[in-house]
Amino acid sequence: MEKRKNTITKITAPLTDKVTRSLKIGQRVLVSGKIYTARDTVHKLLYDLIARHKALPIELHGLVIYYAGPAPTKPGYVIGPIGPTTAGRCDRYTPALLELGVKGMMGKGKRSIEVINAMRKYKAVYFAVTGGAAALIAKSVRSIKIVAFPELGPEAINALVVKDLPAIVAIDCRGRDLYESGPRKYRNKAKKEKK
Amino acid sequence: MRTIPLKTVTDTVADLCRTANYKIGDDVFKALQIARRKETSPIGREILDQIIENHKIASSKKLPICQDCGYAVIFLKVGSKVRIRGDLYGAINQGVRKGYIQGYLRKSIISDPLKGGNTGDNTPAIIHAEIVPGTRLKITVAPKGGGSENMSGVKMLTPGDGIEGVKKFVLDQVWSAGANPCPPVIVGIGIGGNLEYAPYLAKKALLRQIGSRHQDAYYARLERELLRVINRTGIGPMGLGGRVTALDVFIETFPRHLATLPVAVNLNCHVARHKTAII
Repeated sequence: MEKRKNTITKITAPLTDKVTRSLKIGQRVLVSGKIYTARDTVHKLLYDLIARHKALPIELHGLVIYYAGPAPTKPGYVIGPIGPTTAGRCDRYTPALLELGVKGMMGKGKRSIEVINAMRKYKAVYFAVTGGAAALIAKSVRSIKIVAFPELGPEAINALVVKDLPAIVAIDCRGRDLYESGPRKYRNKAKKEKK
Repeated sequence: MRTIPLKTVTDTVADLCRTANYKIGDDVFKALQIARRKETSPIGREILDQIIENHKIASSKKLPICQDCGYAVIFLKVGSKVRIRGDLYGAINQGVRKGYIQGYLRKSIISDPLKGGNTGDNTPAIIHAEIVPGTRLKITVAPKGGGSENMSGVKMLTPGDGIEGVKKFVLDQVWSAGANPCPPVIVGIGIGGNLEYAPYLAKKALLRQIGSRHQDAYYARLERELLRVINRTGIGPMGLGGRVTALDVFIETFPRHLATLPVAVNLNCHVARHKTAII
């Protein structure tokens, strides 16, 4: 794993292959541009539309998805605290979205081997966003707009314009996974451990 | 007898719901700062920096620390000389309703577990009540998020499994949870009681002050040992690798049936929320 101490890379969504190929496991990034919140329900809807060869309500090419459902918005704020939710729940729908051009995913927790293989094939990157840093992350959000499935209320797809949202490359487009290599590096080698 | 008005209960609960979500306890904040100093992984340190910064923002701006504002889990100690004229649980739920709506907290409760439907106001609360001597009413509101709750569990060990069986269950639980409960975690363990009591003990254990040890030296030693072993897993902050996987481990015990050894693990993320008031 390359060490890039104190190097932070600024990237802008939507993402190109050139950018995703340049990002390496463990790299710290600040994300700006437009990202899209999408949770379980919307993933299933998109997946069903794709399976039935129907038109999608949004263009997926280059898209960055943020697995998140914010707290209510207090007056005077753009958005309520919006930390990541567990990405793994959307794993079964993800390869189909990557095939259609989704280039980045932001969330927390491990992804399945099927998702990682699809990321390798379609040059997509998975970013870890810190759970429980929800108010800090909300500060990066400049605007929010519902762009698809308004009937779902809080589960609709929202376009967020963000500036310098902090994230870490957890799985890069070569399939290198920090959820595997990170703990392995810091695991104590004591033989008497109970596992 | 001492009468406590329902309105006082409602207002107190509403206030506790809000403050529990906005401001972390001093013990947890200090533990995060110590964790930051101990952590050797650069990514782990960055994550802890963000968590600490987030607490400063949330408490100064009165915003929820996490978008998952949790299930309102409420512990009551009702003095035997306390008189409540009316529906105590109704007054508590009204407090949760008020706190979650006025506090711009997320409403996460689904009214029917299989048929669905958000209740819209984060009620009902889950209430655990004890009757104790005295004239006061002690209320603790401990909002519990879904992510960490999903990583928790209970097992009916047999007495023959003993302490090694307990250790194995706890460690297996932490391993399989991995990144999902937002490490560094706080581990609540309940040993003894029966099927429904061991998880209650594990949840109650999460209310302990970070750094406090069980008053029985045997269990204090087990708490320290488990904390050491968990921090050697390398799971680290947000499961991305590091030296700090748990901030603390707390054990609560109760007598058990001679044929059983129930053990429960309730994992809490690093946002250990609980606030108490005594009326």
